[in-house]
Amino acid sequence: MNWETVIGLEVHVQLATKTKIFSAASTSFGATPNTQACAIDLAMPGTLPVLNKQAVNYAIMFGLAIDAEICQESVFERKNYFYPDLPKGYQTTQLEKPIVGRGSVTIQLADGTEKAIGIHHAHLEEDAGKSTHEGDLPYGMSGVDLNRAGTPLIEIVSEPDMRSAEEAIAFAKKLHSIVTSIKICDGEMSQGSMRFDVNVSVRPAGSSTLGTRTETKNLNSYKFMEEAIEREVERQIDLIEDGGTVAQETRLYNGDTKVAKSMRSKEEANDYRYFPCPDLLPVLVSDEAIEELRRALPELPDARQKRFVSQYGLSDYDSEIIASDSNMSAFFETVAEDSSNAKLAANWVMGELSGALNTAGLSFIESPVTAQQLAGMVVRISDNSISGKMAKQVFEAMWQGEGNADEIIQAKGLKQVSDSGALEKIVADVLDGNPAMVEDFINTDESKRKKKLGGFMGQIMKASKGQANPQQVNQILLQKLNALL
Amino acid sequence: MHNYTIAKLIKGLQNKEFSSVELTQHFLDRISQLNDDYNAVITVTSEQALSAAALADQRLANGDAPAMCGVPILHKDIFCTNGVRTSCGSKMLDNFVPPYDATVVENFARDGAVMLGKTNMDEFAMGSSNETSFYGPVKNPWAMDSVPGGSSGGSAAAIAARLAPGATATDTGGSIRQPAALCGISGLKPTYGRVSRWGMIAFASSLDQAGPMARTAEDCAIMLNCMASFDEKDSTSVNQSVPDYTAKLGNSVQGLKIGIPKEYFSEGLDPGTEIAVRKALADLEGQGAQLVKISLPNSHLSVPAYYVIAPAEASANLSRFDGVKYGYRCDDPKDLQDMYCRSRTEGFGEEVQRRILIGTYCLSAGYYDAYYGKAQQVRQLIQQDFSDAFKSVDLIMGPTCPSPAFKFGAKGDDPVAMYLEDIYTIATNLAGLPGMSVPCGMVEEKPVGLQIIGNYFDEARMLNVAHQFQQITDWHNQAPEAAQ
Amino acid sequence: MTIERKEIEKLATLSRLAIDEKTIADVTGRLSSVLALVDQLQSANTESLQEISRPFHTFQRLRDDQVNETDQRDAFQAIAPQTHNGLFTVPKMIE
Repeated sequence: MNWETVIGLEVHVQLATKTKIFSAASTSFGATPNTQACAIDLAMPGTLPVLNKQAVNYAIMFGLAIDAEICQESVFERKNYFYPDLPKGYQTTQLEKPIVGRGSVTIQLADGTEKAIGIHHAHLEEDAGKSTHEGDLPYGMSGVDLNRAGTPLIEIVSEPDMRSAEEAIAFAKKLHSIVTSIKICDGEMSQGSMRFDVNVSVRPAGSSTLGTRTETKNLNSYKFMEEAIEREVERQIDLIEDGGTVAQETRLYNGDTKVAKSMRSKEEANDYRYFPCPDLLPVLVSDEAIEELRRALPELPDARQKRFVSQYGLSDYDSEIIASDSNMSAFFETVAEDSSNAKLAANWVMGELSGALNTAGLSFIESPVTAQQLAGMVVRISDNSISGKMAKQVFEAMWQGEGNADEIIQAKGLKQVSDSGALEKIVADVLDGNPAMVEDFINTDESKRKKKLGGFMGQIMKASKGQANPQQVNQILLQKLNALL
Repeated sequence: MHNYTIAKLIKGLQNKEFSSVELTQHFLDRISQLNDDYNAVITVTSEQALSAAALADQRLANGDAPAMCGVPILHKDIFCTNGVRTSCGSKMLDNFVPPYDATVVENFARDGAVMLGKTNMDEFAMGSSNETSFYGPVKNPWAMDSVPGGSSGGSAAAIAARLAPGATATDTGGSIRQPAALCGISGLKPTYGRVSRWGMIAFASSLDQAGPMARTAEDCAIMLNCMASFDEKDSTSVNQSVPDYTAKLGNSVQGLKIGIPKEYFSEGLDPGTEIAVRKALADLEGQGAQLVKISLPNSHLSVPAYYVIAPAEASANLSRFDGVKYGYRCDDPKDLQDMYCRSRTEGFGEEVQRRILIGTYCLSAGYYDAYYGKAQQVRQLIQQDFSDAFKSVDLIMGPTCPSPAFKFGAKGDDPVAMYLEDIYTIATNLAGLPGMSVPCGMVEEKPVGLQIIGNYFDEARMLNVAHQFQQITDWHNQAPEAAQ
Repeated sequence: MTIERKEIEKLATLSRLAIDEKTIADVTGRLSSVLALVDQLQSANTESLQEISRPFHTFQRLRDDQVNETDQRDAFQAIAPQTHNGLFTVPKMIE
C-alpha cells in the first residue's frame, strides 16, 4: 500500500513589541519570574484589556508579506479553559473574524522546485504564562511564571498542503525568514519566539479524503519537527496496517528523549465556548493604514533572493541560503559592498564565518568578526596580498580579537610574496637543492607528473614560510621544470 | 446631619457649620450603632475615613475644593479599594485586598470625598434581594422582614437608614434602580460606557455600569459629576465630555414628552404600585409634561435574553477565580483539578454556581446559536424598540419594580420568580440606555419607585425631571422610623 | 425543557464546579426552570439581525507600545494563596 502524508502547520509567532498585547507591561525576555506581570496580566479582578497598536501593525505587515486579505473589522473572542498558566481562565484570541485572511507562501525544495503553500488565516492572540514542574519547588507542586502571559502572538494556520517533513521544514523556515525579514519577530527559536504545532495524517496515495489527524504541539526546532513528523507518520501507518484506527488526539514530542506521547486527557473533550470578548471592540483597520504599512514593509526574502542574484551575481543556491536569513543577509551585504567582491564575500559568510558562529552558538549580530573587518580581509584576498590559505589564519586571528585584517597581516608577516623576482629565486633554490626530486620528475611518465608537483610546492611553501603566492609559484615551477625536460 | 442631603452637607461644609471630621465621625457612629440591624456595611474604614476627612478639611479651608470634598460616602464592595478588603459579597474574595483602586474610587478620592466603608451586596452582583451575600442578607430599613432589593442592597439600605448620604453602586439588570425603589431612595444607572469599569469587579461586561445612589436626584447629579469620566484603561469607556449634571436641574418640564410603555403596565404589576406610579405621572403632567402612550413590543424578550447574556459573560468573567493568584483556595488540595473544583465550589455560593452553569450551557457547542447568538440578536430588537420610541418622546417612565419589597425567602424556590423582579429594568441594560429610579409613593408602608429611562447620554435631562418631581413631592424626604 | 443530569455533570466539569449527590436534583430543577424561561427567545424573529454587544458600533482604541508598568510582584504576591521564590505554586499538573 502506498501512503501519502498530509501535513498542516499552526505556527505561533511572538511579536517583537515592547509591551504585552493588552497591557503596558514589558515583554523583555529572561526577566525574573513574575516581575513583568502587571495586574491585567495576573487577571486581577476589575482589570480590563487595551489593545497594543504595534501588535496590530505587525499582524497587518505579516498579512501583506503573504499577500493575504486584511480584515478591516476583526474581532477578539474568548477561548475558555482552565490552566494555571492562563490567568483569566480564558485566552483572548480571534476566531470568526481574524485580522489576516487567506494568503500563500512559496517554498523552495532541495530538488530546485517551488511549491505554493496556502495559509488559511493568521490571527492575533495572547500568549500564556509558563509552568515549571521540576527544580526548586515544594514537594508535589508546580510553579507558574506569568511574565509571558499577555505577550502578543500571531497564530499562522496553514492549509494541509504539505506532503513531507521536508516540505514542512521548508515552510517553517520560510515563515521564519519572512517574520524576521519584516522584523515583526526576533526569530529566536530557543527563546520560544516561534513554536510549531504539526497536524499529521496519512491516506492511501491517490485518495482525496483526509485521514484522521493528530496534533503534535509546541515544537521549537526544525530537527525535532522533522523527527516528530517522521515518527508520527510511521506510527499511523503501522497502526492502520495492523487494523487499528488513528484517534484524533494531541501529542507531545520530547526532542531530548525522542519520546512521543499522547495527551489523551479530559482536555481532549474540551469545549472552548468561544464568544466575542465584550471588553474589547472590533479592530478597525483603514485603507490608509494598510497602504502606509505596505509602503514601509521591509524587503521580503524572495525579493531579496532575486536581488542578490541580479545585483551581486550570486548563484540561485547561494542567494537563497543567504537571503533566507535576515541577519546573514545584512552582514553579507555590508561585506559585499565594502569589499566589492560579492562572490568571495558570499563564500566567506556562508562558509568559515557561519561555521564558526554555529560552533560558538552565536548569531550574526553577535559575531566577534564584524562585517567591516571581514570586508577588509576579503579586499586583501582580492588584491592578492594574501592567499586563500593565509586568509584562514587571518580570520582565526580576527575571531580571537587580534585586530583587523591589515593589522594581523602586518603583525604576523603574512603578506603574500608575489614579487616574481623573489619567487623565481625561491623556486630555483628549491630545484637546485632537490636534485633527486628533479630527477624523479623527469623520469616519470608524463601522465603522472602532475602529482609530483605537490612535493616541490611543499618545499617552496616551506622555504617561503607559506607566503609565496601559490598561483604564481605554480606557473614559475612548471616553466622551470618544463625547461629541464 | 444624617438627614441632610449631600447638597446640604456641601453647603454646610463650605459654610463651616461643621467639619468633615465631625461629619465623618457622626456617620461612623451611626454605622457603629445601627449597622448590625441592617447588615448594610461589610467593612468600615474608620481610621482611613478620619484621615481623609482631616485632609479634606484642609482643602476646604484653602477654598476652591471640589464639590464632593469632605463628603462621606460608602462604596459598594464591588469596587476595588487599595489596601481595603474587597469581597464582592463572596467567600471567594473574603481575603482579597487589592493593591489598586477602581477608577470610580480614585475619582472620589481625588475630589476629597471620604470613604466610610464598603457595602454589602448580592454575591458577585447576582441577585435582586441581597439574600445571596456571604456576609448575610441586608434588611430593608422600611420593613425588617423584607429584602432591600439587590444586588446593591447594602448601598440602598445604608442610605435609607441614614448611615451615609450617598453610596456608589452598580447596575447590570436593575441592581441600582430596584433596590433604590424598594428602599425609597434615588439611584441612577448611566449610559453604558459613561462611567469607567476599571477596578469594578466584572459580572456581565456588556451590561455592567456603575452609578450613584443617594436620597435625591440632585445628590445623584453631584455624585455623577465625579463618577463620570473617560478612562483609557477601559476600552468600553466612551470618550464623551462630561457635562455638569447639576446645571440643568432647574429647567422646567413644560412640554416634555413622556412615553408610557403599555407593556410596563400590564399583568404582574402590583395594583398599589400602579396607583402610586400613575399618580406620579399625573403630577408631572400637572407641571406641563405630556404623557404619550407608547409600546415596547419586544419587552417580553428582555428577561430571557438577559438570563442568557449575563450568565454567559459571567461564566467567563468568573473563571479567573481559580485559587491560583488571589482569593480563596481550598485546604489541602490533592491535585490541580481538586484545587480548582473545591476552591470554586466552596468559594462561590449557590446562585453564582447556578449562573455559571447556565452561562456555560448557553455558550457550549451546539447551543451557542440558539442561546447566546440568539439573545445578542434579540438585543437589537430591544434596542430598536427604544430607538423607535425616542423618535416621539423625550423620556420613558413607568414603575421600577412590579411590587414593593418582598419578604425574605419569598422567592427562594423558583429562580425565575426572582428574575422577574427585574422585568422593567433589564431592557435598559440590554440597550445600554441610562435609567433611574426615584421614590414616588408607599404601598403598605413600603416604598415604590418611579423609573425614568432616557436616551443615550441624556442623564442631565433625566436628573432634571427627577429633581423637578422632587420639588413637588416629598417621598424622597421620608425616612423609615428606625432610622430617625 | 428539562436539562439532563449528564449534561449538568459535563457543565460542572467545564466550569470546575463540583455538584454533589444531595444537590444535583435541586440544581437540575432550577436550571430546567431557567432554561424554560430563556427558551422563550426562540419565538423571536431574528432573521438577518446582527448580534450586538453594545449600543454603539464603535471601534477599539489602540494603545501606544510603551512600557508603563513597574515590577509590583511583592504587592501582588502578598495576597497570593501560595508562592515560592517568586512563582505562584499550585498542586502538580498531571499530564
